[in-house]
Amino acid sequence: MSQLFHPAANSIAKISVVAGALAAGLVAILVLFVLPRSSYVTRQHEARVQPVPFYHAHHVGSMGIDCRYCHTSVDRSAVAGIPPTKTCMNCHSQIWNQAPTLEPVRESWRTGQPIEWVKVHDLPDFVYFNHSAHVNKGVGCSTCHGRVDKMSFVWQEESLLMEWCLECHRQPEKFLRPKSEVYDITYQAPANQLEMGHQLVKEYDVYPQVTCSTCHR
Amino acid sequence: MASAPHTEPRIIGPGHTFATVTDKIASLVLQKKTPLGWFVGFAVAFGLLQLLLVSVALLLARGVGIWGLNIPVGWAFAIINFVWWIGIGHAGTLISAILLLLRQQWRTSINRFAEAMTLFAVACAGLFPIIHMGRPWVGAYWLLPYPNTMGIWPNFRSPLIWDVFAVSTYATVSALFWFVGLIPDLATLRDRATNKFVKILYGMGAMGWRGSARHWNNYEMAYLILAGLSTPLVVSVHTVVSFDFAVANLPGWHATIFPPYFVAGAIYAGFAMVLTLAIPLRKFYGLEDFITDKHLENMGKVLLATSLIVVYGYTMEAFMAWYSGSTFERFMIWNRMFGSYGWTYWVLLFCNLLTPQLMWFKRFRTRAGWLFAVAMVVNVGMWLERFVIVVTSLHRDFLPSSWGMYSPTFWDWATFLGTIGLFLTLFFLFIRFLPAISIFEMRTIVPEARLEEERT
Repeated sequence: MSQLFHPAANSIAKISVVAGALAAGLVAILVLFVLPRSSYVTRQHEARVQPVPFYHAHHVGSMGIDCRYCHTSVDRSAVAGIPPTKTCMNCHSQIWNQAPTLEPVRESWRTGQPIEWVKVHDLPDFVYFNHSAHVNKGVGCSTCHGRVDKMSFVWQEESLLMEWCLECHRQPEKFLRPKSEVYDITYQAPANQLEMGHQLVKEYDVYPQVTCSTCHR
Repeated sequence: MASAPHTEPRIIGPGHTFATVTDKIASLVLQKKTPLGWFVGFAVAFGLLQLLLVSVALLLARGVGIWGLNIPVGWAFAIINFVWWIGIGHAGTLISAILLLLRQQWRTSINRFAEAMTLFAVACAGLFPIIHMGRPWVGAYWLLPYPNTMGIWPNFRSPLIWDVFAVSTYATVSALFWFVGLIPDLATLRDRATNKFVKILYGMGAMGWRGSARHWNNYEMAYLILAGLSTPLVVSVHTVVSFDFAVANLPGWHATIFPPYFVAGAIYAGFAMVLTLAIPLRKFYGLEDFITDKHLENMGKVLLATSLIVVYGYTMEAFMAWYSGSTFERFMIWNRMFGSYGWTYWVLLFCNLLTPQLMWFKRFRTRAGWLFAVAMVVNVGMWLERFVIVVTSLHRDFLPSSWGMYSPTFWDWATFLGTIGLFLTLFFLFIRFLPAISIFEMRTIVPEARLEEERT
């Protein structure tokens, strides 16, 4: 009777055990580590097209409009606030008031139907986040939102994963800045960030909680 | 020792030789024609498995709201079924590991399918912690400690995470033990199969086994080491499962008797399930020569001994509730006996206290029909035990304003029956495609294997 297996089967069997283990490990790393942090899942750095070509780079970067001109409730409320069409019309009833690209804005103004802006920083519904608690304790706009003054259509600068939230909640001194600098979009962290950060933590009484119910209420 | 075989009751039918043992067991697998009864049984099991598929699919689509659990009974069928299945698995490990180390030869004909039963029961048990979340994919980071995207770890002080390690270790060691034990038999099947494709399949499983002295030496070492590793698992797994309850500060759960009482209950439930499977198996395949009345009698004795330990546990629970002087403990046991679910407690006592007492009598221990009936009652009793522990402890909270009742929904039952379908489906496939009794170990107990002067 001929042999059932070729002599090479021994090597194949041994290699397949090792290769199988390696393949399983690789798949686990991809599925558990790489994929959930990839921008494919988090949509990080993906500029979202808006119904109106509103460019932050132009309004913030070139014109130098303050964040709070539009996002009026950022220091008083949980939500920063999406401006009503009226805010746009403050200027655009006077300038570029015939521009075809702004027709959706004028239509909204005429009909009273709000513009349906696309939400870029969309936290899960089971997370409670309060803007005012952050900006009033020395967390700058650009710390989380990046250099909005350089974005045309805005993208999500950070991953918004829970580990990203906790990074700051566990070590706020690495990210805090003086309250006077919170709305400065061009702010650069000084060389003595840690030293200053520890001082600001004390001064502003920053003790961010990391218990579940702080954010998952 | 030379005279021992004369007095020992036989653990193998008369007249068997190496060849007859091998022929008989291998033919169950290699026969061309699958018996009609197998198809009927498999169809029923497979139908129940489809019920599981539907139940789990609906669970994923709609969430745990399709089950009947709600505060205050936040743990119900999922944990009851989990503990029931994981307990059933224990007999397999006990038979394969502890009885091997104690040189109990009668284990030889039942260890293979008891180990298979262990694996399948652990598979059914493992399903529940995963599906009870409703969104099983979150289980990866709730159960396994790895640097997840949330930047947090599971609570290492919680017995639930110990459970993950206990059960996964148990599943791994059981699977290894079972597979290593199969290797020489897979080689036998490879050599006896006539179909080339079947030969190759069994040949891959046999991993090049040729039966040389060196192979046997390595094999025996590996098998002993695995038996040594499995032995503590018999005790540790259900101990950790009992911690799921005992560590919680809840009357009815918070008791130091839980670990030993759970372990005994697991072995008790496991032997009942071995009997439940062994009796029909030997009947339909005519294996009375291998799974003899002596085997059944021994298992009946184990059933009796473990039932007494379990009953001691029940007694101590009631005694400690009274002796503690705690209002809540006393109310808990009173409520368990005479409360809304009181009937479950009395049925439980009928199943686990009264019924096994039949095992004191040899006439019941040696009659397959009686043993099967007792084993079925015990299966029900051990499921009820977990129901009583989980539901009666939870449904009367500390404050009467939080009291509630629990009743399982159709989908609770469907999921439970579905896992029985999964278990039976796997078991039917196992007895069709793998030797349900260890061929080579059976060869060691035929008279031919003894020295000339030892033969009976």
